[in-house]
Amino acid sequence: MTFLPKPKLHHPDLQKNALGYTRRDYEGPVSTLCAGCGHDSISAAIVRACFELDIAPHRVAKLSGIGCSSKTPTYFLGASHGFNSVHGRMPSVATGANIANRELIYLGVSGDGDSASIGLGQFAHAMRRGVNMVYIVENNGVYGLTKGQFSATADKGAKSKRGVVNTDEPIDLVGLALQLGATFVARSFSGDKAQLVPLIEAALKHQGAAFIDCISPCVAFNNHEGSTKSFDFVREHNEAVNALDLMLPREEITADYAPGTVELVTQHDGSVLRLRKLHTDYDVHDRVAALTYMQERHAAGEIVTGLLYVDPEPRDLHAALKTCATPLNALDDAALIPGSAALDKLNASLR
Amino acid sequence: MLQQVDRVEGLQRVNDFVVKFANVNGSGSASANALFAKSVLRMGIPATPRNIFPSNIQGLPTWYEVRVSEKGYLGARGGGADLMVQMNPQTWDQDIADIAPGGYLFYDNTKVLPASKFRRDIVVIGVPLTEITNAAYKSTRERQLFKNIVGLGALSMLLDMDPAAIEQLLAEQFKGRDKLIAANVQALHMGRDWVTANLEAPIGLRLKRADAVGDRIFVEGNSAAALGAVYGGATVCAWYPITPSSSLAEAFTRWCQRFRVDKETGTNKFAIVQAEDELASIGMVIGAAWNGARAFTATSGPGISLMQEFIGLAYFAEIPAVIFDVQRAGPSTGMPTRTQQTDILSCAYASHGDTKHVLLFPEDPYECFEFGALAFDLADRLQTPIFVMLELEIGMNDRLCRPFQWDDTRKLDRGKVMTAAELQAGKKFGRYLDVDGDGIPYRTLPGTHPTKGAFFTRGTSKDAMARYSEEGHDYQENMERLLKKHHTARTLVPPAIIRSAPDRAKYGAIYFGTTSPAMAEADEILAEQGITLDLCRVRGFPFGDEVAAFIAAHDHVFVVEQNRDGQLRSLLVNELEIDPKRLGKIVHYDGTPITARFIADAIARRLQPTPVASLREVVS
Repeated sequence: MTFLPKPKLHHPDLQKNALGYTRRDYEGPVSTLCAGCGHDSISAAIVRACFELDIAPHRVAKLSGIGCSSKTPTYFLGASHGFNSVHGRMPSVATGANIANRELIYLGVSGDGDSASIGLGQFAHAMRRGVNMVYIVENNGVYGLTKGQFSATADKGAKSKRGVVNTDEPIDLVGLALQLGATFVARSFSGDKAQLVPLIEAALKHQGAAFIDCISPCVAFNNHEGSTKSFDFVREHNEAVNALDLMLPREEITADYAPGTVELVTQHDGSVLRLRKLHTDYDVHDRVAALTYMQERHAAGEIVTGLLYVDPEPRDLHAALKTCATPLNALDDAALIPGSAALDKLNASLR
Repeated sequence: MLQQVDRVEGLQRVNDFVVKFANVNGSGSASANALFAKSVLRMGIPATPRNIFPSNIQGLPTWYEVRVSEKGYLGARGGGADLMVQMNPQTWDQDIADIAPGGYLFYDNTKVLPASKFRRDIVVIGVPLTEITNAAYKSTRERQLFKNIVGLGALSMLLDMDPAAIEQLLAEQFKGRDKLIAANVQALHMGRDWVTANLEAPIGLRLKRADAVGDRIFVEGNSAAALGAVYGGATVCAWYPITPSSSLAEAFTRWCQRFRVDKETGTNKFAIVQAEDELASIGMVIGAAWNGARAFTATSGPGISLMQEFIGLAYFAEIPAVIFDVQRAGPSTGMPTRTQQTDILSCAYASHGDTKHVLLFPEDPYECFEFGALAFDLADRLQTPIFVMLELEIGMNDRLCRPFQWDDTRKLDRGKVMTAAELQAGKKFGRYLDVDGDGIPYRTLPGTHPTKGAFFTRGTSKDAMARYSEEGHDYQENMERLLKKHHTARTLVPPAIIRSAPDRAKYGAIYFGTTSPAMAEADEILAEQGITLDLCRVRGFPFGDEVAAFIAAHDHVFVVEQNRDGQLRSLLVNELEIDPKRLGKIVHYDGTPITARFIADAIARRLQPTPVASLREVVS
């Protein structure tokens, strides 16, 4: 397989967004992943979220590591620059890219092997630095490209397709992201588009480190009886704490729900998160409580999904670094070079 | 009170000797030592200090050796100290043994030591520094700090130094804090006065005002390289602490705070991230450079090892990156605080797959600055990692060098970056197309144009249009183009500096980096022996045609370097296809800087079958 472009022929009546782009403008070449792969649903959700948010495709930089999930940025946002970096190291490349130009949107796509196994360190440090990016882990608990080995998110006791039982404790990336200071933390399921699309939209609007752990069953190696990341298992054990609608500043904000069941969270950019509470006592602003809740429900065998934590006024890496408003990659010679007079003065001080 | 075990005729030398300070780490001796070296320079006499520091923080031995040389020899001399300033009882025996015959020992004789602790062939000078400072100061801290200055005062009297030079430096150092200046000057004179009252001064080693420093500056290579990065337009520095490169990133921070903070808004026109490890630091550099910012990391050999995979990616994906490698001896701790030239091959061929990288070899802080700035132009022009190969010897030591220069008409060369306007006008863009025949393709930066110029960056699975491809011919074409690009680099790196003897010599010597001053001095020693050499200082890799021509023009060429295996020699043999027999390997790799004595001795031995034992005496 080399390269499969999609036909450029568009239906004349395709719906256009505010920028005049159709959904097709946000797509990429045909996916080479297995038919039915959860990852393709996530790609489709990304396409829809970017289309609905009227994001100009070229203002997104998409980055990934290595693995099935990391192949997917080829298959969406074909008009965006992409970077397929090395295994487990997308976060550092994304961090550097973000530092260089604060004006683009950074979308990092990774997998459970890429982020929880080889890249755990880089994942952790990107979260704790507050890199303004959307970080999606397409989590299937298994290595696809190397044919079915467990990854570090595989649950203890989960059975592989070859019948091997995993004896190691799983790494919970959501728990880590919460602990390490990510300012937007969510979990979703590739099979639940209604939940996933608004989460991606809200994350794209978030001005800090936004992490989405998206359970994405592997149809080839981890969709069997005994797997805890299969479509059936996730559907049966999915416990959503809330349902999210993203409302942009231009939209009229309505809250036609019973009092106490809906919460409106205004993010820094003016976008409003309308949260319909499915668990009325769940507080998306309480990082510590969220951690406890995750652990309790995990012990009870549930997969908690939804928007788990949000800080609507996040401080990102640029705030910490006090970088100037002009992107660093756009500073000209005059802004960068102190010149010969300064150097002469300096020479004099070194004698 | 001149405590002499025997009456010894001490060495008699003016402006040509080595002083070694034996100190306790963390005792505040470093600034007094630096003050001594700078004072010598202010008297117009070239001086070259070297820190000799084991891998410790506090309480353990550290040395500071200053070679004073009116003739301007800046390389390490070797052969023991002419004056040992012994301030650390822990290393007494080894320091006493390290004094040259007829040399001088300066020590704190508050506590009387038995005669057996001294040598009979040295001049012993005891000054009761502890007693003097205990009487003059109350707090322990003051006693400790001023002891160094009182000691410097005593030394200045013994060496016949001009106190005005030291006083002037103190005034500059503590500018605006008059009390501190007065207190230091007072301590200085306390030492001078004690010597005047109690000893015969000056001794046989003397400093006499000269005019041999000129307009040269005195600065560390790491600091100079960091300044080069500022002038080279670097905005992103991602690094991980490692000796001996940490002070490069820290110097970049200081220079940026001075030159790159926007006066109106107080915001930074730079970003410095201390990464979690070297893998992340090079990853950030690659991400930033991919996105059009000039980015670098500073590291040492072990960091280079950790960065290998990413360096390969940057090579194949053609992303500019600048790596300052401040070289040291091998892994872990201990020898790594010693100097070497050991990363030549691991950088030249860094990473998996067929790779070849561009290296620059600065000889001193001046070139650290020059190459530091140039590296960013080269990285953007060639779209590849550029290694600036410093060594601990210049990285962490102050060195006399030409003043930094900058031509204000110079523009940063951003290389082949296609703009939105060019794309809009319909200029053809293919990320890996060799449009100009130099192997260098055009790139676009993310976010440039709404519909044109976007591409997907990968390692090797691609065609010239950056589309995914695993086809053998696509891979091969790309690899051939990368080789062509590397060939183009030959003409862009600084050419070797060749110095021919008045009558063309049969033999040549190739050397690089900090070997430079020792080689120049060795050449003079050899000339006195009747051995003439032509010299070729390599400043970059890939090697230019001039290097091949130099080798071809000589019967035999010595390659002088500071590692065990003759790594540059291997690179010459491999890349220029030279018969190894034509290149003699002269290597020095005990962790101390190479000396002129060593080089001259080694070359003379190879060329003259009879031993040249007298050489050591001849040199000093």
